[in-house]
Amino acid sequence: METFIEQLPVVIGALNTGFIQTLKLFSLTLLGAFPLGLIIAFGSLSKIKAISLTTSFIIWIIRGTPLMIQLLIVYYFPGLVLHNPIWGGGESGRFLAATIAFIINYACYFSEIYRGGIQSVPVGQTEAGLVLGMTKRQIFFHVTLLQMIKRIVPPISNEIITLVKDTALARIIALQEIIWAGQAFMKGSHGISGAIWPLFFTAVYYLVFNGIVTVLLAKFERRLNYFR
Amino acid sequence: MPILEVKNLRKSFGNVEVLKGIDFTLEKGEALSIIGSSGSGKTTLLRCLNFLERPDNGSIIVNGETLLDCSDPSTLSDSQIRKKRLHFGLVFQSFNLFPQYTAIQNVVLAPKLLAKENHTWEKIKYDLYDEAFDIFKEIGLTARKDNYPHQLSGGQQQRVAIARALIMHPDILCFDEPTSALDPELTGEVLKVIRELSVQKTTMIIVTHEMEFARDVANHVIFMDNGVICEQGNPLEVFNNPKEERTKQFLSRYSHK
Repeated sequence: METFIEQLPVVIGALNTGFIQTLKLFSLTLLGAFPLGLIIAFGSLSKIKAISLTTSFIIWIIRGTPLMIQLLIVYYFPGLVLHNPIWGGGESGRFLAATIAFIINYACYFSEIYRGGIQSVPVGQTEAGLVLGMTKRQIFFHVTLLQMIKRIVPPISNEIITLVKDTALARIIALQEIIWAGQAFMKGSHGISGAIWPLFFTAVYYLVFNGIVTVLLAKFERRLNYFR
Repeated sequence: MPILEVKNLRKSFGNVEVLKGIDFTLEKGEALSIIGSSGSGKTTLLRCLNFLERPDNGSIIVNGETLLDCSDPSTLSDSQIRKKRLHFGLVFQSFNLFPQYTAIQNVVLAPKLLAKENHTWEKIKYDLYDEAFDIFKEIGLTARKDNYPHQLSGGQQQRVAIARALIMHPDILCFDEPTSALDPELTGEVLKVIRELSVQKTTMIIVTHEMEFARDVANHVIFMDNGVICEQGNPLEVFNNPKEERTKQFLSRYSHK
């Protein structure tokens, strides 16, 4: 028991460091995937067949394969197949590769949610804007967009909460996020080895963070309740 | 010169010809009622006038200016479509107010965006709001102008939609079955507003199933059947003494109700 008390601050310190990496991956993924998803959504809604088909094909590949495999491909493909290891061997390279894989993956999921959101706004809204002499651009930004956001908040919230936990997949390319940090104590780290309990502790981090995310998302959803 | 001339307007959706050559004229300050059963092409006609549908054939001339002539490709480009649309206003059956804006915001949104584009917003904004307040007084909704659409009854929403169309000063204001989504009690308040507009000599085209209203308000009535104008003329004549067999049939169904 004494050793546990001694080990605890060491473990917490290591988990904190790992969790910062987790948070960075989480935020950058959202930052990249929100706008990229919109571009992909417009691609899949395009009237030009070549664009919409290509987009649907990409979405099929990304949604049809495990994110874990996508991480491996993004990280190893340039070095092993193209003999051009653009990521380097360090943590920053692994982080960049992981971020790119996550952004592409989540952008595809977001794009499908956006597409549903755009299509669910009644066509009468667009027509009302048109007969008032508004441009398509004005209609999108001043009429359709907020109605679409209101409709997509619940499904997007689901994805965001999943993303918090999905960041653990970056462990597969040895990104030093919180699972990696917890697992290190099994093999030996900071003079502690064979300890599995630090890994259990990581669950608390995810749980607390997702609690905060849930509260913030619910708050945002309520802010859009002023209209129907 | 008539304010509106429609010549040989035709429109098909796939193999179905919805408009089979529509010709009519409208004088400034006149109210025109279009009656006819569902599927006769009334709504498609209004949508063509508002450039929501592109006709396959025919022309639309407003104030002597040819807005659209299907045999003249230079009138078909999309670049001028916005300006052309503004000759017409359209009030929809389903109101289509913007739910995230209050009643007054719904009314000022389009002119505000237009003014911002032309960098005249600072100059016109007080006048615009004054005008919007006047219109709200006219439609009897001054007290409700800061409510959101979902806080208004259907009749109130439709009155706001009329205000939203009026503030753009269209040459011709079109109504597409403005009361069909309303119960009889609410229908009255919307018809009252339209009646008031006709007294003020607003040029209007009203597609409606309210036969009494069509007869009382309009200067001219068109009965459409199966994509053609079956009969047209003075409302009293068309309603009291229809010449075509089809018109008689149609009107008798309404008088039985």
